[in-house]
Amino acid sequence: MSVITDAPRAQDSGGQDDDRSRSRRTRRRVWRALQYVALVLFVCFLGFPLLFLVTAAFKTQQELQSPDPQLLPAQWNLDNFIGAIERAGLGQAALNSLVVALATTLIVVVVSLPAAYALARFQTRLRGLATGWILLSQVFPFILIIIPLFLMLRPLGLNNTLGGLVVVYVVWSLPFALWMLRGYVAAIPSELEEAGAMDGASRLRVLVSIIMPLLGPGLVATALFAFIGSWNEFFFALVLIKDEALQTLPQRLALFVGSEGQVALGQLAAGSLLACIPSLVFFAIIQRRLTSGLLSGAVKG
Amino acid sequence: MTTVVARPEAPTPPAPARRGRRGRQDWSAYLLFVPAMIPILAFSVYPLVQGILLGFTDSQSGLGAVTTFTGVENYVRLLDYDLFWQSFGIGLIWAFAVTIIQFVAALCLALLLNANLWGQGIARTIALIPWAMPPVIIAIMWRFMLHPTYGAINGGLGALGLPDDTNWLGTAQWALPAVIVVGVWAGMPQTTITLLAGLQGIDDQLHEAAQIDGASVWQRFWNITIPGLRPVIVAITTLDFINNFNSFALVYVLTAGAYGTMLPMLFAYNEAFRYGNFGLASAMGNVIVIVIAAFLFVYLRAQAKARTA
Repeated sequence: MSVITDAPRAQDSGGQDDDRSRSRRTRRRVWRALQYVALVLFVCFLGFPLLFLVTAAFKTQQELQSPDPQLLPAQWNLDNFIGAIERAGLGQAALNSLVVALATTLIVVVVSLPAAYALARFQTRLRGLATGWILLSQVFPFILIIIPLFLMLRPLGLNNTLGGLVVVYVVWSLPFALWMLRGYVAAIPSELEEAGAMDGASRLRVLVSIIMPLLGPGLVATALFAFIGSWNEFFFALVLIKDEALQTLPQRLALFVGSEGQVALGQLAAGSLLACIPSLVFFAIIQRRLTSGLLSGAVKG
Repeated sequence: MTTVVARPEAPTPPAPARRGRRGRQDWSAYLLFVPAMIPILAFSVYPLVQGILLGFTDSQSGLGAVTTFTGVENYVRLLDYDLFWQSFGIGLIWAFAVTIIQFVAALCLALLLNANLWGQGIARTIALIPWAMPPVIIAIMWRFMLHPTYGAINGGLGALGLPDDTNWLGTAQWALPAVIVVGVWAGMPQTTITLLAGLQGIDDQLHEAAQIDGASVWQRFWNITIPGLRPVIVAITTLDFINNFNSFALVYVLTAGAYGTMLPMLFAYNEAFRYGNFGLASAMGNVIVIVIAAFLFVYLRAQAKARTA
């Protein structure tokens, strides 16, 4: 299957050169063992930090600062979570994040759906332009976009408002959403539409009763990506939102690190963990698809 | 699909009618673009163009400030701005180090995940964890890990009898390497999964044939796996490099740019939103774009040549 795969063919060599095949088999066994060691090291490197954060979230301040630290907390208590929501003002921040992410997702889907359909189905000059823009927009540093946006949103009264943040997030999520949705539309055979049209269905009818049901999973995936993207975003929020009551969750947590987070380590861990929940749930749902179909298609495209 | 098969002999409309229909399609295609075009033009294309132009002005953040066109004055100023170039050098070290280490590590992990090992399903899920976390949270988590007194890293080192009092994020010697490790960690999933998808696209028969011909694991890796992966490698390293150079949130939360970790994005952010020099910060953005574009040009051209050679 891959370079490092052992082929079962090793056994075929028969009874002759027993010595050679034995030494080869030993070598192969050592190689396999090394592979397992490497895999375990990778898993520890990638998994352990989260484990450490999870256990820290349940520890008391004394445990966290004990000179003889234990990996697991003595008692799994929820005080840090309650404290994080109440004292650190994370509840309000989470609500702000949720509102912004939901509004962004809704607008992104509504706006990108027709355009993605057009990108997939019609050969227009806009198609090349749009694809070029999608790629180009990935290269430019945010600093070049945020300063003019800041200057533009100020006279519109959108600086330091969640509405302004939604505007920025919509534009920021659009290229990727368009790209994804276009792929999903292209995967639906256009013969289906022609057949529908042949049967006398109107264009709108074709879209609503043939395309939309087939596009369901792709639409959900695109929406989730837009949601997570806005939920996780930090830079634009840092620039645009100044009011403490309007801060998003990553923003609030980043500030918390520098201030009370120095002393309230457990609450910081608990708040961080809560902020991960939407994305962790999302990735748990799509991880199977992510590792198989979704990306192999994207790479070949 | 069945509907399509059921009507293979669908009558084709006469030519003029078809042309008419295509004309209408074109028109409706443009109409379908409108909802997405308006926000993109107004809040993405226009600001970007304006941002590039701002790099040639003395724009300030103050409300009443008058902006005048100053030509290349910002760039002349930047030439003597040692701190900026220092930050630029740090940015290059960071972007190259993270991209290269990430690539080598992710390739190893992808090969392992593709090698029919026991437990690779769980390993694959765990390998995705960093992807599921917001950058700010990744940074907070690693601040826990790297904490000089309560952190797991020093705890582990102490248990092994090694010096356990290193202030990883608080000394000029260790801050950049520590931040690079976190950068590698954060970007592993995308790189690994993309390379894994590329590996699965390589024809097994090539490996089998080479093995029958007596090619060693090493020979097969260099002569089959790497050439087969080349397009994927070029794509993902290019993307990683751009992302890493433009990275902000991770290092902002980890060190805020202290102890020799002032990435160019942090530097430009401070210039713009702490000191209010919008024009100069935009000029920095322009310089960064040009340098990234130059690196990508050299890299992609070398790759294109290697492919034709």
